Amino acid sequence: MDILATLSDLITQSGFSGFFQDGGWKNLIMILVACVLLYLGIKKKFEPLLLVGIAFGVLLTNIPGAGLYNPQLWTDFMTEGTRAYHSYSYVATNGGLLDILYIGVKTGLYPSLIFIGVGASTDFGPLLSNPRTLLLGAAAQLGVFLAFIGAVCIGFADNVAAAIAIIGGADGPTALYLTNILAPDYLGPIAIAAYSYMALIPMIQPPLMRLLTTEQERRVKMEQVRTVSKTEKIIFPIVVASFVILLVPSTAPLIGCLMFGNLLRETGLTDRLSDTAQNALMNIVTLFLGISVGATTVASRFLNLETLGIVALGLVAFSFSTVGGLLVGKLMYKLSGGKINPLIGSAGVSAVPMAARVSQVEGQKANPTNFLLMHAMGPNVAGVIGSAIAAGFLLALFGA
Amino acid sequence: MYPIISGLSATGPSAAQGMGIPDALVSGLLGYIVVFIGLTLLMVVVMIIGKIMVSARPKSPVSNSGAASAQTVSTAATPVAPGSAGQVKLYDVPDKEAALLMAIVADKMGKPLNELRFKSIKEVQSNEI
Repeated sequence: MDILATLSDLITQSGFSGFFQDGGWKNLIMILVACVLLYLGIKKKFEPLLLVGIAFGVLLTNIPGAGLYNPQLWTDFMTEGTRAYHSYSYVATNGGLLDILYIGVKTGLYPSLIFIGVGASTDFGPLLSNPRTLLLGAAAQLGVFLAFIGAVCIGFADNVAAAIAIIGGADGPTALYLTNILAPDYLGPIAIAAYSYMALIPMIQPPLMRLLTTEQERRVKMEQVRTVSKTEKIIFPIVVASFVILLVPSTAPLIGCLMFGNLLRETGLTDRLSDTAQNALMNIVTLFLGISVGATTVASRFLNLETLGIVALGLVAFSFSTVGGLLVGKLMYKLSGGKINPLIGSAGVSAVPMAARVSQVEGQKANPTNFLLMHAMGPNVAGVIGSAIAAGFLLALFGA
Repeated sequence: MYPIISGLSATGPSAAQGMGIPDALVSGLLGYIVVFIGLTLLMVVVMIIGKIMVSARPKSPVSNSGAASAQTVSTAATPVAPGSAGQVKLYDVPDKEAALLMAIVADKMGKPLNELRFKSIKEVQSNEI
């Protein structure tokens, strides 16, 4: 037995040798990125439920030789004439573990299932009691369309620009859903940018809120809104699902699942299903989603200038969405004779309930007796519907 | 078998096309308008449903509209429940919140609710502090 040859084989077959092959250093950088993301998720508590999963996916996919995720397989999946073309059975037979989990992202299953959980966790009462706040949810989509224009100006293809722009909707599942259809190769950077900015809301939004509002506006104490009946809450998801899907049919998977989850919550007769959607289902899907999205950040495709562009455009999108909500909030303040606090406008950027919490915190800084949380929840949940409509529009435009 | 979910289509980078800046401006503006129209129409629908529901609801003794008038939970026409300690005036406070507050006070004091007498409950405004 040739001991030296055996040892040599072991070394060349080990993952360590992969770091010294062509482009191997990129894997090392991505492993460091994974460690930073893990630090942010665990130590800084930035969206830990998703960020820890994503970060671990980044780590696993960039270990040379592990073969848990094969980007070439998914390129073949989209390439006509290859054996893998549109064949999930081929992926399941030839792919790694994370390829198999990624099927749930590829089919759009995970974001839709998460929306059932989001719907089951969401109380639309504040929105129903003050429907005018729906306009704030619309206004806060400004960043989506400005970022789209910006991305096209920079030189991104229109479908990629649309996927990048949806980061401004501050809605993770919607961003994943749209990106997967329009620009699947960009899923990793877009998902990481979207979830990072959502986690950074308490840092991104307050300076803009203080810049665009006066002390007097921030001090406005909003009046108590009317009580919403159980019947209204039951009718709402049925009406919204029918109405929005009729208006923008491509929103059907997202709005349909969101409203289905909400109906489970409000009927009062399906508590077990609502509980499962809010907890067990959401947790399981979040687990698979996080790790499989992280797996798409393969070093050879992730580390490039385009990723930096996506991260920068994501910040632009997010900031302008906040600005859009605040400006229409100011307009509503004027029109209502000072009865609406414009700070609730920034909550229109989806990201439930963190954006609403930021409005509450900033409102209380200006006036300690101010409780804006419930008022901000209206535009906050309106933002979820707004970003789904924005995604539906982009899908209708570039998905065909 | 592909697509699994309705609404998905097999497009990717291969479908990428360049778009001129004027087209992008028009598309962006159109998208923003579509979102606004969609949510405005939804707002109108929700408002109509709300109006119907409010008009169909039996009138509550407490106004939630923020009117400053005081109302009592137990009116003269309604007999006071056995063991209760009189009537309580509510100023801009809904029944549910009043009941919650009274229950908390009774719990903190360690006394049965029917041995306590609440004269009125009023929300204190910021300029009154």
